[in-house]
Amino acid sequence: MSLLNVEGLSRNFGGLRAVSNVSFAVREGSIKALIGPNGAGKTTLFNLVSGFLPPDNGTVSFNGEPVQGLKPFQIAAKGISRTFQHIRLFPKMSALENVMIGRHLHGRSGFLAGMLSLPWTRAEENRIRDTSMEILGFLGIAGLAEADAVSLSYGQQRTVELARALAGEPRLLMLDEPAAGLNMRETAAMARLIEKIRDAGVTVLVVEHDMGLVMNISDEILVLSYGEKIADDMPLAIQKNSEVIRVYLGEEESA
Amino acid sequence: MDRSKYIPVLVLTAVVISVQAITAAMGKGFYLTQLTMSAYYSLLIVGLCLLMGYAGQISLGHAGFFAIGGYISAFLTTFDLTPYQTGRLVSFRADTGLLQARQDLYGGHLLTLHPWSACLLAVLVAVTIASVIGGPVLKLKGHYLAMAPLGFGIIVYAIVLATPLFGEADGLSDVPPFELLPGLSISGKLSLRVQNYYIAWVLVIATIILLQNLVHSRVGRALRSIHGAEDAANAMGVDTAQYKLKTFVLSAAFAAIAGVCLTHYNGGIGPSEASIMKSVRYVAIVAIGGMANLWGALVMGSLLNFFSLRGYFGSFDDAVFGTILIVIMLFSPEGLLRMEIVRALSGLFRRGSAEEEAS
Repeated sequence: MSLLNVEGLSRNFGGLRAVSNVSFAVREGSIKALIGPNGAGKTTLFNLVSGFLPPDNGTVSFNGEPVQGLKPFQIAAKGISRTFQHIRLFPKMSALENVMIGRHLHGRSGFLAGMLSLPWTRAEENRIRDTSMEILGFLGIAGLAEADAVSLSYGQQRTVELARALAGEPRLLMLDEPAAGLNMRETAAMARLIEKIRDAGVTVLVVEHDMGLVMNISDEILVLSYGEKIADDMPLAIQKNSEVIRVYLGEEESA
Repeated sequence: MDRSKYIPVLVLTAVVISVQAITAAMGKGFYLTQLTMSAYYSLLIVGLCLLMGYAGQISLGHAGFFAIGGYISAFLTTFDLTPYQTGRLVSFRADTGLLQARQDLYGGHLLTLHPWSACLLAVLVAVTIASVIGGPVLKLKGHYLAMAPLGFGIIVYAIVLATPLFGEADGLSDVPPFELLPGLSISGKLSLRVQNYYIAWVLVIATIILLQNLVHSRVGRALRSIHGAEDAANAMGVDTAQYKLKTFVLSAAFAAIAGVCLTHYNGGIGPSEASIMKSVRYVAIVAIGGMANLWGALVMGSLLNFFSLRGYFGSFDDAVFGTILIVIMLFSPEGLLRMEIVRALSGLFRRGSAEEEAS
């Protein structure tokens, strides 16, 4: 059964058709990759699904419920969490605090309770802290908890961002180029983490340029070119798809 | 770690008590008047610090909320309701103890709203206005965000200056003491000077405890995340627009409470309290205190307002605060207390110990 269903999604920027009539589904418990040349509309599609951009046309339904047009925080509350292509960790906070923000939806103490520091608020705060530590542990970076998040290495920052996105216990995790800027060893480690997350029951939708990573971990691959879907299939079939090869490698000169 | 955040509160309490004791011993009790006034300004300043330093929004209009609080409570506690005594609304309020009968300066009979109900109304008005303008204003970013509350401040200033009911350029005077509890009044009476010094500083201490709890809570963390990366905060499920609005309204409420208290303490309020230069001053103080630093804002707010009220800056008063703002922005955006001095001092000590080791 598919967790995410996208139907006829379109978005124009002025005269540019960034995403044009794209439909696809993401099966619960699978890893789906979204690939395509630069400018194919991958990030726009990501932003449409996660609520950062409203679509011009089309529907997004999550778990059978329409979510298109909702604000990002509302979509997060439905159980969709995302990371960013350019890392956006919160500065002047430790890695642990960053992850604790990711658990924001699992708390309910507001301004008044916070000001009065009520016992149940403090208990809730401890729970948020403990679970966030567990998530750092799950991704193998518990040792970085107290480090200033922005001062960490690039690969570590990516992992902290992953932990932050996981902290909300999403049903769908959307990763925007999780291996960008990582070296080969770090990329391999990232691939293992993503599989580990999938095995823990989280559905993953990932935009990625690293073909090795994509072919290794994906259950299905969606290919975009100039805003349109040109293929949506298993990795082996995608590798043999002539349209995909043409888009990536260019046409053979016939002269 | 949870306990250690109360150490500054204890230090502040000790400082407040010792300052009173020292001024009493030295026969300089008159300092307490300005210290009381700067305490009330500090209420506004720590509220603004929450908005600027933690939520990352700026308001050059907080003198407007201060003036709304002050003017409304001044108006309601001086406007004579005797002619309307027979009206249904007024007589109903008299029955429920919402009114206060007293004598004016010349011994005439005066029937006004009780300061408590006036205070609640004043804060309610400020909060309502903040909620209404906060929605659209907080959608703005950068310069535009700074300018919109500035416009609001200018409007408040223009209104109080042009409204006969608010005394135009003279402002309102003959505002009665605010009896908080029997035997405990906010009043400028000389005999109540020590009492009022403690009332004001207890309010400040209570406020800073509340705000300090808040910034260390789930909400405070969410506010800092908005400041750091608003998009990412939103993606984590933080309703950024609502958090910014609530913080704006909360800081407006503190500004209004400060206005109410100071107006009762001074026995009146004038249009200069609503002026833009006051708003600039508050922003400058939060900046010099280190933005995201409640204690810095409190220390700087009390000291600089005290100096200003004592007249140390003479006729350069506003220029001093303008200069502070420019200098801080240019040379030490992290504030005066936070980085530079601390680093310089620790540098001194480190060099000292290094020399010892060398010798």
